[in-house]
Amino acid sequence: MNTFITILFVVFAVYILVAAIMTVTVKNIVHAALWLISSFFTVGALYLLMEAEFIGVAQVLIYVGAVSILILFAIMLTRDLEGTQNRQMTPRWWIALIVPAALFGLLITPTVLTYQWQLPPPAPAGQSTPIAGAAQIGTAFVREYLLPFQVASVLLTVALIGAVVIAFEERERRRYVPTLAEKVRQQQRVRRPDPAASAMQSSETAGSET
Amino acid sequence: MTRVDIVILIVKCIVLALAATGVFAYFTLFERRLLARMQNRVGPNRAGPAGFLQPIADALKLFFKEDVTPLLADRRVYLISPAFAIVPALIIWATIPLGMWPDGRGGNWLQLAEVNVGILYLLAVTSIGVYGIAIAGWASNNKYSMLGGVRASAQVISYELALGLAVLGAVMQAQSFSTAEIVERQTLMWNVVPQFLGFVVFIIAATAEVVRAPFDLVEAEQELVGGYNTEYSSMKFALFFMSEYVKLVAMNAIAVTLFLGGWQFPGLQTLAAAATQQYGFVIGNAVLGLASLGAFLLKVMLLSFVSVWVRATLPRVRYDQLMDLGWKVLLPLSLANVVVTAVLNVFLPDSPVVTAIAGLVIGTGILLATAAIGRPGKEKRRVTLVQG
Repeated sequence: MNTFITILFVVFAVYILVAAIMTVTVKNIVHAALWLISSFFTVGALYLLMEAEFIGVAQVLIYVGAVSILILFAIMLTRDLEGTQNRQMTPRWWIALIVPAALFGLLITPTVLTYQWQLPPPAPAGQSTPIAGAAQIGTAFVREYLLPFQVASVLLTVALIGAVVIAFEERERRRYVPTLAEKVRQQQRVRRPDPAASAMQSSETAGSET
Repeated sequence: MTRVDIVILIVKCIVLALAATGVFAYFTLFERRLLARMQNRVGPNRAGPAGFLQPIADALKLFFKEDVTPLLADRRVYLISPAFAIVPALIIWATIPLGMWPDGRGGNWLQLAEVNVGILYLLAVTSIGVYGIAIAGWASNNKYSMLGGVRASAQVISYELALGLAVLGAVMQAQSFSTAEIVERQTLMWNVVPQFLGFVVFIIAATAEVVRAPFDLVEAEQELVGGYNTEYSSMKFALFFMSEYVKLVAMNAIAVTLFLGGWQFPGLQTLAAAATQQYGFVIGNAVLGLASLGAFLLKVMLLSFVSVWVRATLPRVRYDQLMDLGWKVLLPLSLANVVVTAVLNVFLPDSPVVTAIAGLVIGTGILLATAAIGRPGKEKRRVTLVQG
């Protein structure tokens, strides 16, 4: 069973990485969104593999169910973006590869080498260690981690207000969009007072035909 | 987990999936006959006795239809989207307790998976369901399909919030995310009494979430031809059709589980105890299982009847009405429901009957107040028609 779980872990991890790379390299933006969704979903599966059911389901519920569908919705609404075959690689792509890789290596090497990993001892056979459920997570949120929780909500509120401010134009600058009926009426009003011009126009077209 | 357990699990999965599709087939017949009756028609009654073979005939017809793929469609996405639609509709059944048939080892034959976050699982799977529609609309490379897909995603995002908050009321009442436990907690009183407001919000939001009449703007024929599935034919179309109906029945099953006591009915325990005393444990458990399954199916069927009734009665809403209802009515209502539930359960933790009655009274009051405020008074929007 243990090897089976390890194999599953490796499969999921590799898939997450492949999907993430596909997300940033694929040309079609809807395909990129789909790869991103599959990556999110597999992260949820990884949580499930660690028996963190609550976090796993919450990952699917929030990232796959809400965030990604908003991304997809935005892409579908902006007709110009979708389908354009933008160039993904510039000639200097290798610089962009080396710099982050070097930074990442610089950060990760000391951690891996010097950190004292305090792994919990494996549970005795037949028993499972208690896993933090929804109730514990909720209690931790409103007791121990209240401040970060509140700060995160303030951040989200700020983002929300910002979005509303950007989206709402000022009343004077708002363009009046006439309905179809008003457009028709307007055109008729333009046409009607000058019958002579329209008659001339029609005779002109008649003349050009002959 | 032994090898036998795994085999049993796989067999259970297959049986459940087949049962869900079977329910779909006969739900279509049920709906068509019922709609016909309500519209003073007869409905399909030729294939078999009382039209009983009609679903099979329909399935055969769809199998043998020509399968067309549009030339400019995004082929891979186009092919994968029916699967995106049907898989959530089937796996949603996994955590719904269909009855109570103890298997003697603390398990339940009539529930595929007892997850301690079962409710969140249900919500997550419902929210994935919209991908099938949105992606199908995009991949078909057709304006009407695209509009159907965009409408679907906007609608589902809007109603998901109200749906989740309505479910949260039931979760708070039972103080558990587990579906089985929520059903157990309703032995004394069904959740529909203390959570009346939540039940109403849930039913409306669930109807919108499965894009069914009167919220079926996704496939409004007059505006969008066939909506997101315009370009789909043969079995691919059948899969979309199927996912829609399976999701509808699943939503009704969730409503029964959360608010109408699931598989419980008054006198069930007495019946099971009597059967156990008379014939022993095996027969007793079987009686319990079959009776609870029957009660569950009956309740689901009642709710399904209501869905058909609503479809026959109400005209399709306009798009701005849809968004107004979701954001300005249902979301505040479900938030109010959460607040009322929390306050009542904290103030009166020891007297469930008083809490329930207070919840019912306050919920009904809020609903009536909303209906009075939202009643269409003087005309706000003038619909202008094109003349000449």
